[in-house]
Formats: sequence, structure tokens, C-alpha cells
Amino acid sequence: MPQTMFDKLWDAHEVSDGLIYIDLHLVHEVTSPQAFDGLRMAGRQVRRPDKTLATADHNVPTDGTKAARLIADELSRIQVETLERNCEEFGIPVYSLGSERQGIVHVIGPELGVTQPGMTIVCGDSHTSTHGAFGSLAFGIGTSEVEHVLATQCLVQKRPKTMRIVYGGELGAGVTPKDLILATIGRLGTGGMVGHAVEYAGPAIEALSMPGRMTVCNMTIEGGGRAGMIAPDETTFEWVRGRPSAPADFDAAVERWRQLRSDDGASFDTEVEVDAANISPMVTWGTNPGMVVEVTDSVPDPAAMDSPADREAAERALAYMDLKPGTPMTEVAPERVFIGSCTNSRIEDLREAAEIVDGRKVAGSVRAMVVPGSQRVKADAEAEGLDEVFRAAGFEWREAGCSMCLGMNPDILIEGERCASTSNRNFEGRQGKGGRTHLVSPKMAAAAAIEGHFVDIRDWS
Amino acid sequence: MRPVDVIEGKVSVLDRADVDTDQIIPKQFLKRVERTGFGEFLFYDWIRDGEIELEPNPILVTGRNFGCGSSREHAPWALEDFGFQAIVAPSFADIFYSNCTKIGLLPAILDEEHCRAVAEAGEARIDVDDETVTCAAGVFEFAVEPDVKHRLLNGLDDIGITLENAGAIDSFEQSGAADRGPVTTAL
Repeated sequence: MPQTMFDKLWDAHEVSDGLIYIDLHLVHEVTSPQAFDGLRMAGRQVRRPDKTLATADHNVPTDGTKAARLIADELSRIQVETLERNCEEFGIPVYSLGSERQGIVHVIGPELGVTQPGMTIVCGDSHTSTHGAFGSLAFGIGTSEVEHVLATQCLVQKRPKTMRIVYGGELGAGVTPKDLILATIGRLGTGGMVGHAVEYAGPAIEALSMPGRMTVCNMTIEGGGRAGMIAPDETTFEWVRGRPSAPADFDAAVERWRQLRSDDGASFDTEVEVDAANISPMVTWGTNPGMVVEVTDSVPDPAAMDSPADREAAERALAYMDLKPGTPMTEVAPERVFIGSCTNSRIEDLREAAEIVDGRKVAGSVRAMVVPGSQRVKADAEAEGLDEVFRAAGFEWREAGCSMCLGMNPDILIEGERCASTSNRNFEGRQGKGGRTHLVSPKMAAAAAIEGHFVDIRDWS
Repeated sequence: MRPVDVIEGKVSVLDRADVDTDQIIPKQFLKRVERTGFGEFLFYDWIRDGEIELEPNPILVTGRNFGCGSSREHAPWALEDFGFQAIVAPSFADIFYSNCTKIGLLPAILDEEHCRAVAEAGEARIDVDDETVTCAAGVFEFAVEPDVKHRLLNGLDDIGITLENAGAIDSFEQSGAADRGPVTTAL
């Protein structure tokens, strides 16, 4: 019987009914301390430290602090030091502050080549779906499950349903993978993928670079999906080739990886078709990623919505966002711009933004910052001179971390500030209490920084 | 975790859909390295801004897609520490649902109409074994996976159950099936 890629991944990892073997467990400082405590209390060990990798990313400062002990915020310092201590005690490799390999967990995995096709990958972070871009089964877990994986290298899982979203055509000029996934979530809703492992397919997906594919899979969770994945192909293999953890017998690995794609005729529980050519640059207007419109549209009118629940939610969102129905999105003016996060902080994202910014100045009304996804991204960008492009335009150039995506470190919005952000969540207070987030692509964020309001990047040169 | 069998008492209502875990427990409280004491920070901004009021009753009834967003288990910890023993909603985000079952906070799915009936009744009795929610408006059935139910009813530790099966994990590793992927300690 023809199998989906998900079926193949699941079957290859099922130890027993509903028990899945985990090939790579990524760990960070925020969702792991209680799990390590649990191990200690029960006198348990980490079963496979050699399949576990840790970094500090969520609450690290991006101001150049070089070691955990130097973090000014006491609680953050304790949390990062606790991670370092736990990793030492249990023999887990950790790239903490000061390491040239430190960075956002979903950026460093692919960068080091530890993310490979055919694997199962988990992390106590919902954006673990990012790694599915390589043709792996990757998803976020809670702290109890982190403890479970540390102790057993396995996870108890209910087999999800499968969904395939096929993107025909090709993305237009100026339209990015970020727009593709925002448009998808706008159509399906934030709960539209719940209970499903989602495969993204079709010519528009095959045409994407690995960073683009990672952006798409990353935001699967914003549609409620359990996991997002893309079949590995030459683009994937070329990304992994030569990385520090690439398989020694690379050709043999590639032969295995070629078998992973969904068979012709494989059936999915749900199938969706999207015409990529019809996707425009997108901007969110509300307080979840499904509240999104094309940049050429206006702020929607709740009164025109059919369901009372949607209407109420939209009214509340507009009050929070301080937006009036009917306002063209291009008149919405952010005071802050954040380019970063596990969604859009890779070197390609920074290159795209730098191209927009080059030779221009950030509007006087805007404070803009770039937070590279990892120390490696930062070093590469500096070697190319991107930091100079951003600095010359008036952007702040920071150290690697999750930063203002979730504002656990000092990088936060103040109450009422409006931000064009390349991150993944526009929830109330996500970037700081009372902060107003508009999710956009790196190009759109860069252009908003220059103009002081959103612009249709397709008209802009 | 303690066994979860029958949950009975007053119902608190949060009539909103798509409530994300950033609202349930905002990020500034995720820096703690302990597992307890999160209840006082539950819905921190919404409660302090007077947007909502919540009584620490045994049961919370709320809208669809509850617990979406971040995987933070701090959200169920906060709900439980606040006093809730069961959350009733038309649907839950996957990770949140799973996190709840790991700590013995019962997530029960009823259709929207029945959720409203429970909210209006103000009191309810949830029987995990029977998979029913009983209130003045009637008896409504919900479904829970058999293995999850078994763990809830008996208060069993997931890790302990898996380790009883350690032989299967050993065999899986010895068969070479676990040799995929990198050796992180060799990096």
C-alpha cells in the first residue's frame, strides 16, 4: 500500500504501539529545569546523552553578555546556569552563552547538520516543527515529555492524522515563504491543522531554499499542526552536505533519504490545494496569526463577520491593536521593527532584509533591530558586511537569541508600541505587555522600517 | 501524579476562543526553575487589567482551541495550581492537551452547545471512568484515549510505564533502528 512520508517516519520509529523512538532531543533553558529535577528525584539517568543537544536561547540577553554568570537579570542567570549545570551532570553537550555555536535551538540544529532527513526530533518548544523542513518528524513537547525523553529516549504519542497542502504555481516577486505560510494559516485558521501531521508539497514548495522551507514548517504550529514536513530532495541534501554532523558515508545516507517521500497514490486524511501565484505579501492585523490580510487590503470590519464568536474576537483584537476597520494596512505605522526569531533569522533572511535597507535610513519614527539566529549567522553576516549595511541605516545589530519574539530577555516592547516583526506570534503581550505585533516577512519588515509604515514590497524599489 | 476519578463542583467560565498559553501564563513567569507556585500568575494580565474574573473552582469551561501557541507546560501547572482540576472546551491545542494529561489536569472535549450548557448550569460532575459530564442540563459524553484514561484513573507516572517496557527499547536500539542521526557528543 502506498505510504505517506509521515507513515514511513512513524513506522520506522515505533518501538511498540504508540511509543516512538527519538533520534534527537534538543534542550533549552526554559522548559528543561523541572525535567532534570524530576530525573534526580527519581534517581534516573539520561538514557542517550549522545542524542541530546542543549543551547541557551530563550532568555539570553542580546547585548554582548559573554557568559551565563554575567547575565544581569538574576532569574535569567539562574536559569541559564542551571542548564549548564544540568548538562554537565548528565553528560549532555551544551552551547551556552560564549560558545560560537550558541543560538536559537531551531537555527543551530540545521546549521550543525544534526537535523537530517528521516529523523524524529523533539524539543520543549512548539517551533520544533521547523526541523520537518528536512523530511523529519519534528514537534514540540511539554516539560513532562522532556523528562520522559531524557529518561527513555522515547515518547508516548497518539498517531496524528495526515494532511497534505499542495501549492501549485510559483510565488510572485517579493512574495516570500513567510507570506505563503501566513496566507495558509489565514485560510485554515489557527486551529485548522489541529491533530494533523502536515506535509507541504507542490512546485512552489520544491522551489524553496532550505531556510524558506524552515520558515514554512516553523509556523505549522500557528495553524495548530502537530508537525510540518517537506520531502527531502537535492536542495535538502546539499544543505546537509559538509556540515559538522553530516553522515560520514554521505552518498549512502542520501540513497536512504530518497526513499522518504510520500509514495504516488498515498492517501491523506485531509488534502488542501493552494495557488501560490495568488499569494500576496501578508500583514497580520489582530492577535493571532490567523488574523491576517494582504498588504493591499484594509483592516477588516468585525461587523461583516458571520459568526458571533469571530466578530467578538475581532472586536477585542482591534481594540487591543488600536486599529479602526477600513484602515488601509499601508497606513499602519510601526514604531519598532524586529528582524529575528526561529522563523526568520537565518543568513538568507538577513540578506533579503539588507538588500532592502542598503543605502537607506530607518525612518525617524522607528527603532529597528536585527537579532541573528545564531552566533554562526552573526559571524557569516559580519563577514559579508551585512552588519554594516544595517548599522549604517540605523538598525541595532545584536547577539543571537530568541530576543523580542517572546520578550523573555530585556528586548521588549513598551505598552502601546506597535512592531513590525518577522517572528511567529502576535498574541497579546507576546513581545511585551500591551505591545502590538504585526507579523511580516523580513523584506516587509525592512521596508516598514525605512518608510515608517507598511508598504507593498512589490511596488517598492 | 494523584489519581483523577471524579471531579465535582462549581464551574468557572472563560468565554473566549483561541486562548493561547502566553495569556494563561505570560513569559515573565517562565524563568522559575520550580514546578510549583504558578497559580497566582494565571491569566496575569487579563485578571489584573480587569478583563476577566475567575473563581478557583474545580472546573473551567472555555472556548475552542484552548491552549494554543507555546508548548510551555507552565500553562497547565498554573491552571492546576490555581485550583482547576478539569478544563472543558470544544477543542484543545494538541501540545496543551497532552501536557494536561501528564499532570492529571483533565481536558474534556464537549461540543460547543454542551459546553454552553455546562457553563450555564454552574455546577457539574465529571466522571473519568464513565467519560461523562453531568450537569443540570443533562449528561454529556466525552472521549479519552484508553491509555490516558488508565494513567489518569490510577495516577500513574508515564515514565514508569515506559520503563516497564525497557526491553523493547533495548531491542530497538540493538537492532540498529536507532542508529539514524548524528552523535551529538562527537560534535
